[in-house]
Amino acid sequence: MVPLNYYLVLSGVLFAIGTAGVFLRRNLITVLLSIEIMLNAVNLTFVAVGRYLGTVDGQIITFFVMTVAAAEAAVGLALVISLFRHRETLNPDAFTALKW
Amino acid sequence: MDVIAFYIFAAIAVVASVLVVGQKNPMHSVMLLITSFGALAGLYVLLDAPFTAVTQIIIYAGAIMVLFLFVVMLLNVPREEPAPPAVSALLGPTGIRIGVILSLLLGAEIVWALSRIGLGWFPQDPAAASVSSVALIGASLFTRHAFAFEATSVLILVAMIGAVVLARREH
Amino acid sequence: MPAWLPPPAVLAHLGLILVVFNMLVLSAAFMVWMERKVCAYIQDRNGPNRVGFEGVLQPFADVIKLLFKEELRPKAADALLFAIAPVISAAAAFAAFAVIPFGTSTTLWGLLDQPIPLQVTDVNVAVLVIFAITSMGIYGIVLAGWSSNSKYSLLGGLRSSAQMISYELSYGLALAAVIMLAGSLSLREIVLNQAGTWWGFIPRWYVFLQPIGFLIFMTAGVAETNRAPFDFPEAEQELVAGYHTEYSSMSFAMFFLAEYVNMVTVSAVATSLFLGGWLGPFLPDWLAWVWFLVKVFLILFFYVWMRWTLPRYRYDQLMEFGWKYLLPVAVLNLLATAALILWIG
Repeated sequence: MVPLNYYLVLSGVLFAIGTAGVFLRRNLITVLLSIEIMLNAVNLTFVAVGRYLGTVDGQIITFFVMTVAAAEAAVGLALVISLFRHRETLNPDAFTALKW
Repeated sequence: MDVIAFYIFAAIAVVASVLVVGQKNPMHSVMLLITSFGALAGLYVLLDAPFTAVTQIIIYAGAIMVLFLFVVMLLNVPREEPAPPAVSALLGPTGIRIGVILSLLLGAEIVWALSRIGLGWFPQDPAAASVSSVALIGASLFTRHAFAFEATSVLILVAMIGAVVLARREH
Repeated sequence: MPAWLPPPAVLAHLGLILVVFNMLVLSAAFMVWMERKVCAYIQDRNGPNRVGFEGVLQPFADVIKLLFKEELRPKAADALLFAIAPVISAAAAFAAFAVIPFGTSTTLWGLLDQPIPLQVTDVNVAVLVIFAITSMGIYGIVLAGWSSNSKYSLLGGLRSSAQMISYELSYGLALAAVIMLAGSLSLREIVLNQAGTWWGFIPRWYVFLQPIGFLIFMTAGVAETNRAPFDFPEAEQELVAGYHTEYSSMSFAMFFLAEYVNMVTVSAVATSLFLGGWLGPFLPDWLAWVWFLVKVFLILFFYVWMRWTLPRYRYDQLMEFGWKYLLPVAVLNLLATAALILWIG
């Protein structure tokens, strides 16, 4: 079997990729996708450490993270749709007004 | 065998995630992210967590990503706009270079820190491998974590209402 | 036995995979023939009767015809996704059958030291695996609809995915009630839990404990497999051919194959969960799989019968039925089951 450290490194790499996506992309949908990558990286850490400590708590937290991710995706995508209706663009830089 | 599987799944997850961020077409991004989630599910199986692996597929790949797919299809904006002219030096290529250096430094730091604590081998005794038991997860979820579980249901209700209110067309 | 060969258990397992795969392909071919034959008799016709005895070879003739047809792709289609979509559909359809047990263990008449179970793989979360793979099948349809860049395909794909997501909930809740009764997620254990009889003549199948669950499962199963009376994704009169309008040749054949294999899988799952799988009287243990085939065949026949008897619903009626009637009934069924289990113990 592979040691825990490998999983942690992989998780760190995935998290970094997700962060880069949030900062670099100019498309709200891709930004949301990048957030999903970050959440998954964290999930991997939870499951790996849970297995290392021999408890099911890691998997249970993962379960909760998934529900939160589902809620986040639903609200986030609803926001994206309503923003797109107003501005006809998905570029986050276009939404700088505090009021319209 | 396990080691080879780990490297294959890890490679798929990393490459797919990089491509998700690198893609211009959101439809392809979504499909690549599903691939990445599949690889992560494989890793969960390697970690004796088949239940989490399957929920990963059902919830992430089967529900959340379908939602993304729907929105991409609905909005139909295949291409991203070109980069705007840099407002300040930190937002241009110089800024990206500094960012790359910083993230590489962070990566080096993490690797250094993880190598200091030594390799953490997973315990192999049956008691530690029992984390794969669905019954154990269920019992723990509905006893020790019952409050969090109930709170989640409220969260989902709020999200549902929020999504309906936000996406509704104004009259 | 030469040394370079893998151990007999591995060979037997590979053989098993081969047998299951080919049985699925053959059953799809058989289903095509049965569908056309039954439909013909229902409509007072003869149906295919030229190729082979009573037209049994008709599906193979169709496959040869499809093979030699030109592979067409709309100019504006997304080439990669257009090519991948039928593959996803077919792969998801086949993969789900991997966890379904269809018989007891066998040593192949003493050829093997250890008996191998008649099941490709026995995972302890089998029911959830089936659920997960079914939900992946949606992607084939959505991608086909989107990547074709045709309005009929897009509408078909959207309808189909909305329908599958809506009915998946009731499907899952019906499964959950059975899981609670059996206390296990492994299909083999669920089947073995149904062994024996009540009062000597009623088999202990879950269909008798869960009649409502069975009805919900079958209804949702019809919607999941996009069959009439819920075949909106390919409603010919409205959408030409739905999500596979733009497909031709072998890619079209793959969608066709996926549809029939999905039917076989749903029937096999229903058999395992509600009808006692391979369990049945009269037959010796090593022939138990015959019962499995008989039960699956009966459900499949019911599917075909229903398609040619019932008219298609309207799309809004379908969604209303799924969300306003089927889902609440499924939730109530689950609650009642849980309460009864707690009460009786």
